Amino acid sequence: MTGPTEPAPDRPAVVGRGRLGRWRDQAVALGWLVVVWSLLWGDITWANLVGGLLVGGAVLVFFPLPAVSFGGRLRPRALLVFAGRFAVELVSASLHIARIAVQPGYRPRGAIIAVRLRVPTDLILALTAEAVSLVPGTLILEVDRDAGTLYLHVLDTHGPADLDVARDRTLVVEQRIVRAVGSTAEVRRVETTSPQKGTRP
Amino acid sequence: MIATIADWLGAGSLVAGALLSLAAGVGVLRFPDALSRMHAATKPQVLGVLLLLLGIALRLRTPTDLGMILLVAVFQLSTAPVAAQMIGRAAYRSGRLDRGLLDADELAERGPGSGSAGPA
Amino acid sequence: MTTLLAVVLTVLLSITALLALARLYRGPSLVDRVIAADMLLATMVGAVGAEAAVNRHATTLPVLVVLSLLGFVGSVSLVRFAVREQQQ
Repeated sequence: MTGPTEPAPDRPAVVGRGRLGRWRDQAVALGWLVVVWSLLWGDITWANLVGGLLVGGAVLVFFPLPAVSFGGRLRPRALLVFAGRFAVELVSASLHIARIAVQPGYRPRGAIIAVRLRVPTDLILALTAEAVSLVPGTLILEVDRDAGTLYLHVLDTHGPADLDVARDRTLVVEQRIVRAVGSTAEVRRVETTSPQKGTRP
Repeated sequence: MIATIADWLGAGSLVAGALLSLAAGVGVLRFPDALSRMHAATKPQVLGVLLLLLGIALRLRTPTDLGMILLVAVFQLSTAPVAAQMIGRAAYRSGRLDRGLLDADELAERGPGSGSAGPA
Repeated sequence: MTTLLAVVLTVLLSITALLALARLYRGPSLVDRVIAADMLLATMVGAVGAEAAVNRHATTLPVLVVLSLLGFVGSVSLVRFAVREQQQ
């Protein structure tokens, strides 16, 4: 990666967290696993709860997950904004792709662009990649975790202007995710950096 | 009354989901290279399956089944991008793309050997 | 109405499955075939689910859960296989 590299964001959430936070993460994961188990069985009984606890515990012990730093807290309103925009973009992008798929004799052009995220922590990177991959005519090809850069394939471009549009759209998705789950410092970083500056690698 | 409306909405979303899947199928067959086919396969497909699930939920309307349908939807939404990314990366690395259809390739400018996430 | 719905859904999903099969047959590379197989499996999810919705029963819902996970595991393992084959 050439060009000015921003210093990698410090990740204090993992280091200074200690055993208590680790236990809390495990408990939250166990809770979700029990919920999934109950949904699979279809109803909530004591047998299902105990069975879910046993199976979930076994999964956590035998297949441990890497620690994900969750520094921020959930903001319900921002989360709703994100979910709403996500649904709208999912529908419009799907209709767009469906339209160019059935349009006779149309050969869509594509491009591969690099988008450097402003908050390249693991959580934000993964969530943005998931959301972007599901939403507009974009597809994640490669993730550079060290540089916090996503490489996207954009479908149906008509020139360099469309590339910038796609790049800005990705950064807006990142902004909504940071507003929903990011820490206060991350939100400040996203709000102060304008999408046009410092995003091209 | 409400049951009838839910039935009709359910039928509507079932047909809409099937239509989107059909468009995705046309795209998978028609698009020129593997990467564009990925677009057709992931996007209208995900929404198509979600709409079909919504149709099922609107027609079944029992809480137990709703939980399981929700689970299928969550699995679809969370696994589709991961699979798509792995397929996309394999397609790029094996050179399965038509360079004549690309406006830009900033991944090639990165140069080989710099860090990448995960195995394979 | 139910019969009409069943017929329309059957026609649409059958054509989708045929298109995916055509790509599976023609697909120049393994990656194209993985995409087509993924597509075919998603169509199967749609067909099983549509049948459950039209006839209003929930007996096949667990099948949907299994199919939706199988598609993921299947395509990821196939792609890993494809990458290894190409590196040799």
